[in-house]
Amino acid sequence: MFGKLRHVSLATLRNSFDRRSAVLGTLQGTIGVLLAARLGYLAVAQNEKWELEAESNRVNLSLIPPRRGWILDRNGAPLASNRADFRVDIIPDRMGNNGKTIDTLGELLNLDEVELRDLRDKIEKSSGFAPVEVASGLDLERFAAVSVRLPELPGVVTQRGYSRFYPTGPSVGHLIGYVGTASAEDYEEDRNPLLITPGYKIGKDGLEKQFEKDLRGYPGARRVEVTASGRIIRDLETREDVPGKPVKLTIDGPLQDYAARRLGPESGSVVVMDCHNGDILCASSMPSFDPNSFSDGIGRIEWKMLSDDDHVPLRNKVLRGLYPPGSTVKPMVGLAFLEAGLDPEETVFCGGGLRVGNRVFHCWNRRGHGTVNMAKGIYQSCDVYFYYFAQKIGMNPIAAMARKLGLGAEYPLPVVGQSYGTVPDPQWKERKYGREWQTFDTVNATIGQGYFLVNPLQQCVMASRIASGRNLMPRLIHGQGGQDAASLDIPQEHLDYIHQSMSDVVNGPGTAGRARLPIEDVKLAGKTGTAQVVSLSVSSGKTGPWKYRDHGHFICYAPFDKPRYACAVTIEHGGGSGAAYPVARDVMTFLYDPGKAMEKLYEFEEGWGGTARERLDRKYAAYVEQYGPNAPKVGDAAEKKQAEAAAASDGEPSQPIVRTAQSPRPEPGASGAPSTAPEAD
Amino acid sequence: MALGIIPDPVARQPWRVILPLLALVLLGAAVLYSAAGGHLQPYAASHMVRFGIFLVMAFVMSWLPRDWFKMAAYPVYGAVFLLLMLVEAIGAINGGSQRWLNLGFMTLQPSELMKPTIVLVLARFYDTLPAPMTASWRGLIPAGALIGLPVGLVILQPDLGTSLAIVFGGVVVMFLAGLPLRWFVGAGVAAGIAAPVGFFTFLHDYQRRRVTTFLDPESDPLGAGYHITQSKIAIGSGGIFGKGFGNGSQSHLEYLPEAHTDFVFATMAEEWGMIGGVFVLLVFAALFRWGLVVARRGPDRFSRLLASGMTATIFFYVAINLMMVMGLAPVVGIPLPFMSHGGSSMLTVMICFGAILAVDRWSKRPTGLT
Repeated sequence: MFGKLRHVSLATLRNSFDRRSAVLGTLQGTIGVLLAARLGYLAVAQNEKWELEAESNRVNLSLIPPRRGWILDRNGAPLASNRADFRVDIIPDRMGNNGKTIDTLGELLNLDEVELRDLRDKIEKSSGFAPVEVASGLDLERFAAVSVRLPELPGVVTQRGYSRFYPTGPSVGHLIGYVGTASAEDYEEDRNPLLITPGYKIGKDGLEKQFEKDLRGYPGARRVEVTASGRIIRDLETREDVPGKPVKLTIDGPLQDYAARRLGPESGSVVVMDCHNGDILCASSMPSFDPNSFSDGIGRIEWKMLSDDDHVPLRNKVLRGLYPPGSTVKPMVGLAFLEAGLDPEETVFCGGGLRVGNRVFHCWNRRGHGTVNMAKGIYQSCDVYFYYFAQKIGMNPIAAMARKLGLGAEYPLPVVGQSYGTVPDPQWKERKYGREWQTFDTVNATIGQGYFLVNPLQQCVMASRIASGRNLMPRLIHGQGGQDAASLDIPQEHLDYIHQSMSDVVNGPGTAGRARLPIEDVKLAGKTGTAQVVSLSVSSGKTGPWKYRDHGHFICYAPFDKPRYACAVTIEHGGGSGAAYPVARDVMTFLYDPGKAMEKLYEFEEGWGGTARERLDRKYAAYVEQYGPNAPKVGDAAEKKQAEAAAASDGEPSQPIVRTAQSPRPEPGASGAPSTAPEAD
Repeated sequence: MALGIIPDPVARQPWRVILPLLALVLLGAAVLYSAAGGHLQPYAASHMVRFGIFLVMAFVMSWLPRDWFKMAAYPVYGAVFLLLMLVEAIGAINGGSQRWLNLGFMTLQPSELMKPTIVLVLARFYDTLPAPMTASWRGLIPAGALIGLPVGLVILQPDLGTSLAIVFGGVVVMFLAGLPLRWFVGAGVAAGIAAPVGFFTFLHDYQRRRVTTFLDPESDPLGAGYHITQSKIAIGSGGIFGKGFGNGSQSHLEYLPEAHTDFVFATMAEEWGMIGGVFVLLVFAALFRWGLVVARRGPDRFSRLLASGMTATIFFYVAINLMMVMGLAPVVGIPLPFMSHGGSSMLTVMICFGAILAVDRWSKRPTGLT
């Protein structure tokens, strides 16, 4: 190594410099050529690819969610509409440091602790790519506050859009259902990008779900030039959305609302049908939920409130509530007797009970009704009359008449589910329990107890068919014209007889004198019913724990001589029919004189503490106070579905086998001497 | 001389390289004007003003005699090294890393100044080193120390790009000074072995990520690979003739990061297309050719090493920056000379340019200042 050193001189260094700088120059030239080639490759060979990428950077295509079709009542007033809305959503996948983003949002939007908690729950449960609603219905100020800070809030989307609005809120909750963000399962089923567009809602229940296809419409699209941070520079092109088609219902909006409010704090339902064409004018079920507040998902407090309530606010009682109909079946049974050839003037002596073999079946009136013909059997609701003749005529003609009048049937309605109940007969019992039909089974069935289970809609259909004598089918969709319902082939004189006795229930010496309408020339005809829930040994059915009290029923129609409207009212655990017929009377009054009916309602609501929505809001506030953000988490969707399924049950719920006759419950206000003057309840 | 009306000192300047450079700076200013959304402020105006000032500075430098350069070499090196230590100390006191000193009218990055300084000091070192010692340890160890000390400080900052630039300038001078070739081969082999080790031990996470995403930018299109991808989109979508002045969507819509500094070439290529890109390459080619020609004509060993080292330093900027924006090198923060907006780097480049100008003058008038 050192040997070489001696040969190095300035001249050799000069030589080496020249050689090496030439190498360096060549190297530089090579890199220059390489760069030029690369430039050509990018700009010429791959030009199309990069141009496309630049274009997809620059242009942002966003879907404009279609405005949902309105749901209208029979007069064209909206039951569900859309209102312009400022909203903020968040897409969890695009949210980086989520704690901070949510905190900032909370500050900007003034969210309280409960709301923040619910928001975190929703984000936790969300699928990630689907937007989660943070807030909607914002005022411009708060909306702007979030909008300007979007660059530091990754994953947050602000937009102006439309949100669903239900003007009467809880009154239509069960009927219309509600809308909500599409779940992961919904998106699995239908891979429509619309479903994961922020702010887009699909029908989750009720008619909103049934008519999803019609209501949805077609999305518009908007092409905008955006910066890297998502700021919109300008609109390039916009295609308007095509709003969904409206759905017009047979429902009478004001009536529906009135009925819901008139139910007050009770748990029950009101169904009103048009006796001419079967239109369902009202199908109220209370207590209910406010579909307006459901559309952004169910919060903890709401969930706690709903699941704590023993009045089952999530169940649509009109279709899914099954009850023993009690004495409301008696006009139907009367028709069966007439059809079987029984002379209505044939009498039986009621001494408070009927001995069959070695057993005594009691009448609700233990003091007895004396001599009873069919009319008195109906208007005084004498059980002995029906025990006696039912045994003579047998169960089959009664069951046949029950089915003819619509009990036990599932109607072709666009609803999510119907529980159709049971019309018991010997074949049914043989099939279900493998036991023979017993005398006490007939005795129970003839007064609407035992295995008999109906829903309130069926009761209303029964009332409308008795009133019209025609095979009316209930309808929910408006605009199908008059219903040319076939006659039920019940002789007019039979109907007239039953009509008269039903009128006597209200206008004569019957069990519901106070149900008389405060309208001149319009007479109400009806039938009371009190259905026991537990045996007398547990509770008297009038007082004591709420869940042991008797159900109250009332079916009616008016005017009695020219039937126009039929109505069925059910009050769960109302303590008897006395809870039901005042409601029916006021609802029927509303059809003829809304002013008079409203006056009465205002009186009641003062006592109850406000309208249904006001009470719901107050209850919510009380829950927030009590539980704050510590309310338990909303049950999983699976749990919820299970609960719903249990609530819904099917046509034949599990019924314990009945081994004895059930004691009929006394009819209120009808202890022999009916009151005649209508008084305020 | 040839044209009587032009004063001699003006006519003597190497206009065939200064004029293309002026064109390049003007193109740079145009790109910056467009990047600022069609405004002279804040980039284009200051870009041109700075170039004007630094060009005057380069001319002044070129008038300085060779001996002054030689005398100043070690003191300047010492001063810049002290500045580097000062930056490091201030950074340590403020509890973080700092790369620049605020001088009020501009921020000064001492590590930038070290790039031409290392060339100057090494040229001086090999100038004084007796020729026979070039191939001995005495030609290597002191030079290695002169490079290693400042590079160590810069790496601490941490600034990988600048340290590489300093090493590159120094090594080129050593190479041209005639150190035995086998040392470079040996060092190359050693670096080949050490690089993977260093990659996993010395580099910071963000630096490592830059390398891995360079190798596969699509692996992380929204993260670190974003820069490279967006730059390629800008260049590729420009095509042959570009989208037209002021029409670059990538830069105007802020998809291109650092559109006015490190990625200014992509900004330019989007609007001016491949034509613009080739023009830039040609101007640089002319500059480097001129630099090497000047170096070869240099009157002595010092001036030859000085001019070639300065050329290599500018070349390093250009090559790394262009390879980076075209996706051939990882993202390191190195701007493009004469086009990127930024005072420190332009100062460095113009010092290099001034030094080459000076060598050019010395070769024409070996006596220096008359």
